[in-house]
Amino acid sequence: MPARKSTPRRLPAPAARGVVVVDVRDPADTPPPPPGDPLPGAPRTVDLAVRLLDQNDRQAAANRARLRRQGICTLNFVSSPGAGKTTLLERTLDALAGTVRCAVLVGDLETDNDARRLRREGLPVAQITTGGTCHLDAAMIARGLDALPLAGVRLLFVENVGNLVCPASFDLGENRRVTLLSCTEGEDKPLKYPPIFTSAHAVILNKIDVAAALGFDRAAALANIRHVAPRAEVFEVSARTGEGFDAWLAYLRALL
Amino acid sequence: MHELGIAESALRLALDRARAEGAQRVTRLELRVGALSGVDVEALQFAFTAILPGTAAAGAAVQIDPVPAVAYCAECRQDFPLSEHFFCECPKCGRPSGMLKQGRELDLVRLEIT
Repeated sequence: MPARKSTPRRLPAPAARGVVVVDVRDPADTPPPPPGDPLPGAPRTVDLAVRLLDQNDRQAAANRARLRRQGICTLNFVSSPGAGKTTLLERTLDALAGTVRCAVLVGDLETDNDARRLRREGLPVAQITTGGTCHLDAAMIARGLDALPLAGVRLLFVENVGNLVCPASFDLGENRRVTLLSCTEGEDKPLKYPPIFTSAHAVILNKIDVAAALGFDRAAALANIRHVAPRAEVFEVSARTGEGFDAWLAYLRALL
Repeated sequence: MHELGIAESALRLALDRARAEGAQRVTRLELRVGALSGVDVEALQFAFTAILPGTAAAGAAVQIDPVPAVAYCAECRQDFPLSEHFFCECPKCGRPSGMLKQGRELDLVRLEIT
């Protein structure tokens, strides 16, 4: 029998000094519920509108506020594995070295290979090893921020786990989400994985140096990006040769 | 495959709420999942079958309502559903719209408790 919450019994006033009162009434013996109360045990419907990722969203908001206080602009890089996130970041960090102080958080299921590749003189880098989780979440970013010396940092690059699906759902507290597509993938990736493209502030088409050799149709890829992400800024680059980097670096500098 | 984590957070929210309401069991959960939420409805449904047994929500019915993606065209001043491939062009004037009105939902909207 479930405990009834409604209509608690009124307790007697404290006894007058010198009078001993022994109350032997069963404390569970509450009066029956008034006509309007639901019968105990009957199913009830509770309406609530709560976001399933509420906890993550709150942590993301806290991250965003913390980063803003420190004057740091954060970019979250998402793509399938092998699209060139790390190579893009390597060249970007080298190009900004000495002018803009940067920091990097990089997520992978295992290994710290990417963090090693991104290691630079005076650059705070932390590898977040998710141990199987297919995306970074806001709590992981908070722990990563705790681990980095962030004084003077203006740009924080977050390299998400290589995955075109799951990272789309998780706000990390970033200011810009940057989705990469490379010419070694299909031109129709934006149509196959819409959420990660529709949620992007910027889309980078990478590896344009090999597009012709692969028969990759750049115009078709750009049209597909435009269809699903009409407001995103689009950059065509080669992280290997540096082609197209002027526009990309100008975009980053304009964020400061 | 992050649907398992999403289902776990829905279950935690449902059990917390049921406890706060003084209920013993959750017999039904209703969710809304947007077409652009990045969550697969079938995988989510399957995740619930894996995590409900042994909890106060064991045997609960799980209803997942898909929410279609809808954008707003500022030119035509009207909403339009995104096409099959989520193309953002307004079907009337052809202009692209970046104003998504719905489609990213990932909500727990209703519980039945006893």
